[in-house]
Amino acid sequence: MKAIIADHLVKTYRHGEVRALDNLSLDVAEGTVLSVLGPNGAGKTTVVRILTTLLTPDSGSASVGGIDVIKHPDKVREIIGLSGQYAAVDETLTGMDNLVMFGRLYHLGKKAAILRADELLERFSLTDSARRPIKTYSGGMRRRLDLAASLIVQPKVLFLDEPTTGLDPRGRQEMWGVIEELVKGGVTLLLTTQYLDEADQLADDIAVIDHGKVIARGTSDALKTQVGGERLEVVVDQQHVGATMEIVSRVSGQKASLDEGLRLISAPVTTGAGALIEVLRSLDTAGIHPLDVGLKRPSLDDVFMSLTGHAAEDEVKELDTGKRSGRKSKKDKKVKGAKA
Amino acid sequence: MRALTDALIITKRQLLQLARVPEVLIFSTIQPVMFVLLFRYVFGGSINTGQPGGYVQLLMPGIFVQTTAFTLAATASGLAEDMTKGLIDRFRSLPISRSALVFGRTLGDGLLNVVVLFVMGIAGFLVGWRPTSGPVKIGLAFIFLLAFGYALSWVGIFAGLSARDYRVVQNVSFLITFPLTFLSNAFAPTTGMPRALQYVAEWNPVSTMVAACRELFGLKNQFGATAGSFPSEHPLPMSLIYMVLILLVFVPLSVRKYTHAAKK
Ligand SMILES: Nc1ncnc2c1ncn2[C@@H]1O[C@H](COP(=O)(O)OP(=O)(O)OP(=O)(O)O)[C@@H](O)[C@H]1O
Ligand SMILES: [Mg+2]
Repeated sequence: MKAIIADHLVKTYRHGEVRALDNLSLDVAEGTVLSVLGPNGAGKTTVVRILTTLLTPDSGSASVGGIDVIKHPDKVREIIGLSGQYAAVDETLTGMDNLVMFGRLYHLGKKAAILRADELLERFSLTDSARRPIKTYSGGMRRRLDLAASLIVQPKVLFLDEPTTGLDPRGRQEMWGVIEELVKGGVTLLLTTQYLDEADQLADDIAVIDHGKVIARGTSDALKTQVGGERLEVVVDQQHVGATMEIVSRVSGQKASLDEGLRLISAPVTTGAGALIEVLRSLDTAGIHPLDVGLKRPSLDDVFMSLTGHAAEDEVKELDTGKRSGRKSKKDKKVKGAKA
Repeated sequence: MRALTDALIITKRQLLQLARVPEVLIFSTIQPVMFVLLFRYVFGGSINTGQPGGYVQLLMPGIFVQTTAFTLAATASGLAEDMTKGLIDRFRSLPISRSALVFGRTLGDGLLNVVVLFVMGIAGFLVGWRPTSGPVKIGLAFIFLLAFGYALSWVGIFAGLSARDYRVVQNVSFLITFPLTFLSNAFAPTTGMPRALQYVAEWNPVSTMVAACRELFGLKNQFGATAGSFPSEHPLPMSLIYMVLILLVFVPLSVRKYTHAAKK
């Protein structure tokens, strides 16, 4: 059973000038996590807003929990939870006030709403600040409270739009913990993110989107394989660079490449750990002690680079294609910089 | 029924906000009270009304109406702030009636007027305002005022939902309500105005409301009726008509706009 289906969604702005979604289709099986991964302006928020009934698409259809979001938005709202890109809670009210209010709006009785608020505050480590106005909360606390508000009636399908953007590493880690906990509870989750490691960590499945289209879909492993296999990397002292290049090239069967600044020698390998052992032996025989050595699987950054021809961070919100050449030269510079 | 309880929860949210930040309530009462004092003592001396009790008798209904007219700005900026901060998206993703949020807000702003009018009434009494018509008519006048504020609150909903940014909303709605309240018989006779403006002032709902209140408080509406227009001759029914018209236009318009609203 698919808990979420989006079928050829199109959404344009400014009379068609901006195609926020361009025939986007995706689906999420019940009880699984899909991460929608894309740079700024890719269309992540637009998808989430359509699936959560906040926005009507120009064309295409979508359903959540088997219910058509355009025909029966009221029914959809009963089974979803949404935590938008920006924490949406009343800043002048306290954490407790907010959760009780939302609980009441979910039609819990007064007592039940208070009880549930207490429970959620406890679970998200907010009990100590329950009686302080949200204004005094840190970004991470705000985000957690926002998430708590979307969990009041245990939604079947949960939407989280960039849940960790703007959080410090600790805040992110905490948020990840909370989300993993939720997923164990069996909720179907659609999560958007700009962070490749986040998608890797939390999701069963990843949909990479760019310019309103899904450009790749699969598990993190599958996506990485699509980009290419492993690379063997060795870092040595300056005086051993030449000899090490030879050894690595011989083991790999292909000419090794060198990052002079880092004194990092690398080459693609197919035999994994075997190649690693062989290189280490040869280095030992030659009396070379590597400073660092390892096998590197391609990161999702590499995935993005190979799929779109530009790094995720390079994406700029743009309206006309005229600016695109500018972006390209930026990328060229980046590559040059890495070589120098 | 559910729509009503949902709306009341939203209203309660606004009352809670006032409890958490009481300054808001304090300052929204201080401003009209300051107006009472300023007009009473700065202009009051130089405007000769010939009315027993002096200028303050004519002034108070004017200030009451002006203050309730500012509900438009309060509603508009409050709602626009919710929009900008994404709170509206959350409300709209809840399984509640679509109109609950806007209904709740207009009710909340309407309730705030009860407090403000009460404090102003006391301030007015202290500086010499003495309505002479009797409790029923006085009560009716306040009900008219609350209803007028409530109707304008719906215009505020529409304005708030139309704005691109909540910081603009406050300015724009004052830009609308200020001329609206001064281009009227609220503070000075319309007879002193250029002919064209006189017509505007005579048909201005604010003038009609002020005239109605003056009548209900037991005064002759000296500041109007000079151009002999229909609203100034029949202020009571005309005020009712204006309020009903405003609600008839802006309730459906605002609810519709809210349903299609997007976060800016
Ligand atoms: N109301 C709007 N008016 C005009 N253009 C819009 C509007 N909303 C979104 N867009 C455009 O649609 C595209 C997709 O926007 P969207 O917010 O879905 O991106 P996103 O992937 O969520 O980006 P971010 O990571 O910055 O949140 C962008 O080019 C954006 O400028
Ligand atoms: Mg977004």
